[in-house]
Amino acid sequence: MTQTLIYALTGSALFMLGVRAALLHQALLPRLLALNVSGAGVFLVFVSLAYRGESMPTDPIPHALVLTGLVVAISATALALALNRRLREMDDE
Amino acid sequence: MIYLSLTLLPDLLLAAMLIGIAWVALSSADLRRGVILFIAFGLLLAIVWARLHAPDLALAEAAIGAGLSGALLLIALRDEAGGNGVAGRVSPGRRWVVDLFALIMTGMIGWALWHAVNADPLDRLATLAYDMLGRSGVSNPVTAVLLNYRGYDTLLELVVVLTAVLGVLVIGSERRGYRRAGPVFCGLVRWLVPLLILGAGYLLWVGAHAPGGAFQAGATLAAAGVVLRLGGHHSAGLPGGYALRAALAAGIGLFLSVGVGTTLNGGRFLQYPEAWSGTLILLIESAATVSIAAALALAYRGGRPDDWMPRKNRGAGREVCR
Repeated sequence: MTQTLIYALTGSALFMLGVRAALLHQALLPRLLALNVSGAGVFLVFVSLAYRGESMPTDPIPHALVLTGLVVAISATALALALNRRLREMDDE
Repeated sequence: MIYLSLTLLPDLLLAAMLIGIAWVALSSADLRRGVILFIAFGLLLAIVWARLHAPDLALAEAAIGAGLSGALLLIALRDEAGGNGVAGRVSPGRRWVVDLFALIMTGMIGWALWHAVNADPLDRLATLAYDMLGRSGVSNPVTAVLLNYRGYDTLLELVVVLTAVLGVLVIGSERRGYRRAGPVFCGLVRWLVPLLILGAGYLLWVGAHAPGGAFQAGATLAAAGVVLRLGGHHSAGLPGGYALRAALAAGIGLFLSVGVGTTLNGGRFLQYPEAWSGTLILLIESAATVSIAAALALAYRGGRPDDWMPRKNRGAGREVCR
């Protein structure tokens, strides 16, 4: 399917966009945004490969994997933000 | 093979907008603009999930990826108040290297994906998943995968969420709250929070036979907690002391109990007896909803609550490590 190709290529572009931004920035918050965008790119590749066209039902297993990935990503983001806050507090002391 | 038709126009537009928003969000000098664009990116991604016939993911992305992630990032911007918006960029030389690396890698990954998409289709697990759907206890295939076929992975995912929340609790105490909001926002809270709770209950129930499930419901409940906190409720709807601990551990506790129960009954770990599958899945999902909601609301509070220690030990809660 061409939809699969379009979204898979978009996913790979998003992934490298995030990696590039993570490499170029120094502060944590921009890097966290970049990593989240990379994650979204990976999810996009998964779901685009699970799409099998208008007639066939989609493959549910990549959907479940991406759902798990979404929840894990926000947990990691929350932990990273707490660490960032603590580091800033320590820098101010 | 590639064929271009007008039906592809929405997909091409969505793809271009995704890349565009991501580019601007990641390269903007103002962090607040970057975070808000990231929220918009999440919502656009939810539309893309709907376009790719992934409604469960669309719900979860809108609630978790755009909503709760955005709330967490926005409130974290307060911590950056001392520093500048985006810390200094690197030298132009290193920037060229990184850009070249990114271009080459994009090319290679794109080439690999091209071949993967155009290759001959192989046998997929999807066939097996749909064949066994009648015996799984639910009729939503994604719920069946999450809570029956790969229930063990979901158990470990709940452990990951709890671990992250434990990290947040250990690192510091919670952020200062907000004072009570004005009448307009309080009026909104009075309407919105009950609707969100009702919506969460519905998503939990409907996940068995339609898009929905524990994670979407838990995220909606956590969003209710965020709204409460923004309106001035310091606790974001969470209980204190032992009740909070019970809420955080409920999902994993129930999941493990079901697993041990099935083992003691003669099956394997988490091998539900077929007649009980639907009931057990609903039970586990309910507990998981409570746990995820408590975990995400606690993450929004930002650290150890002031009433974390139960009443008797209240004085002993001072930080002792440095």
